[in-house]
Amino acid sequence: MTNAVLTATRPGRPATSDMVRRLPEYLMIWVPLLLSAAHLISFSIWTIWISFTPSTLVPVTGWVGLRNYNSVLASRNWQIAFDNLLLFGIAFVLLSLITGLVLAILLDQRIRGENVLRTIFLYPLAVSFVVTGTVWSWLLNPGIGIEKLVHDLGWSSFHFDWLVNRDMAIWTIVIAAIWQSSGFAMALFLAGLRSVDADIIRAAQIDGAGPFRTYRRVILPTLWPITITVVVVQLQFAISAFDLVRALTNGGPGIATQLPALVVYDLMFQRSQLGRGAAAAVLMLLILLAVLLPYAAWRYVQRRQATHA
Amino acid sequence: MRDRSFAPSRIFIYLVVTLFAAAYLAPLVVVVLNSLRTNEEIAQSSMIGWPQHLAWGNYALAWSGFCVAETCAGIRPYMLNSALITIPATVISTLLGAVAGYAVSLWRFRGDNWIYGIVTLGLFLPQQMRLLPWTIVLRDIGLINTLSGLVLIHTIQGLSFTVLFCRNYYVAIPHELIRAARIDGAGFFRIFWRIILPLSSPILIVTVIWQFTHIWNEFLYGVTFTTGQQQPVTAALIALSAAVADIPQHGVQSAAVIIAALPTLLIYLFGGRYFVRGLTAGAVK
Repeated sequence: MTNAVLTATRPGRPATSDMVRRLPEYLMIWVPLLLSAAHLISFSIWTIWISFTPSTLVPVTGWVGLRNYNSVLASRNWQIAFDNLLLFGIAFVLLSLITGLVLAILLDQRIRGENVLRTIFLYPLAVSFVVTGTVWSWLLNPGIGIEKLVHDLGWSSFHFDWLVNRDMAIWTIVIAAIWQSSGFAMALFLAGLRSVDADIIRAAQIDGAGPFRTYRRVILPTLWPITITVVVVQLQFAISAFDLVRALTNGGPGIATQLPALVVYDLMFQRSQLGRGAAAAVLMLLILLAVLLPYAAWRYVQRRQATHA
Repeated sequence: MRDRSFAPSRIFIYLVVTLFAAAYLAPLVVVVLNSLRTNEEIAQSSMIGWPQHLAWGNYALAWSGFCVAETCAGIRPYMLNSALITIPATVISTLLGAVAGYAVSLWRFRGDNWIYGIVTLGLFLPQQMRLLPWTIVLRDIGLINTLSGLVLIHTIQGLSFTVLFCRNYYVAIPHELIRAARIDGAGFFRIFWRIILPLSSPILIVTVIWQFTHIWNEFLYGVTFTTGQQQPVTAALIALSAAVADIPQHGVQSAAVIIAALPTLLIYLFGGRYFVRGLTAGAVK
């Protein structure tokens, strides 16, 4: 439609002088877009290609089939990282959803100081994961943090040593990640709550529904689409989490808090196993696609329903 | 629910909200207090405590005194690096994103939907998929371990976000406005300059805040592509923690953390509304 109108104002093929005159605009539009698109496609293919080569210190040509993938998948490092990702992903996403929803519902009660509270719940998002990880590594360190404080206060049998405890260390990352990004869930849920039609709520109240029932039966069901978006965004963060872990536990104690992104970095830049590092990166991409493709399909169906309605 | 009828439960609501607020503020308060305590004071008790007397010296040491890897210049050079990476990359990627977003949404050209679709895939492609290619490309063009290299990376990668933000904003501008201007003989840049740009300040603020925050806080590329004196401040903080691991200087480290976090915190405090809009715009995609 637009195209037809625009071309109608300049009939025929543009003259060469016209092309030259318009060169700056073509450059301004195409150079950045093409660079961006080209780097996304070529870099992906490049990394996938390296993952099938016997590259170690430098990229080399050659074909080793799935050997890199097999050795990554068989390594203890990756297996622990994958198990950790499952635990971290599920725990972090669930808990940050619940925290965000509770905060949003509380803020939706026409309370005083809503703006100040919203600012407080969202400020961690403005801080880098490095800062968050560093600060939490102090707070959770039993020698100088919360445990030490409680000991100094006189409760000497108190124990809170998750940071140095192999079985519990992954939960310190969950804690810091929730602190950092549950405000994001809150912001989206609050926007969703505010867009619920006031008439529906009033109708429910006239029918005699109490506040709890109204929330459960009328308001919360409208938040499903937002919930799915929040889950996908948070999972995307969990799958590629690197900075936070690097600053908080650095994968330790031992390799107890290893995550896929740390394995990739370790293989590529510390062990000089470029082929295996690339294979681990591709595995990360596959995990991400397992989340994003169903989401894209769902979005597509939703849009079609919206246009048909 | 939005009525004030059930009064007793409101006390409970305020109680819960206050507890949450305290939990969110606690880490910040602890670090601010620590940045004013001497290292000895912290070593004798814990990280959590009230300063006996205000040790402002921590900030001087953090800013220009402490040593990382045999260079004793504090955090200042790394803050400067971060600024020299973040400011150009933010400005360039926002400007290019605005022009491209305007072209894709209002000007239309052959293949526009295709290229726009590919560019926005950049929102999802993990950094790990680009690490090796960027390493090789930066080495080949001689920009490895330079600030310019990081500016280039953040500009190109940032385009995915800036084009998305601007395009979604410009789509809502009525096409008739552009059509009328074209019939009057105005060209691509004239329309952009005279009609689009004056309408753009909200989305440009959102985009600038988003880009600045993300690039300032970025760590993986910084630590991968630069070493030593060329590192951004996020990488320097990690290096500092490692350098003082044997004899921790928690007071000075806390001051360094505050200084490093200050730029994005200030932007958040003054532009919070736009910051949140960027978050939601980035999420809905």
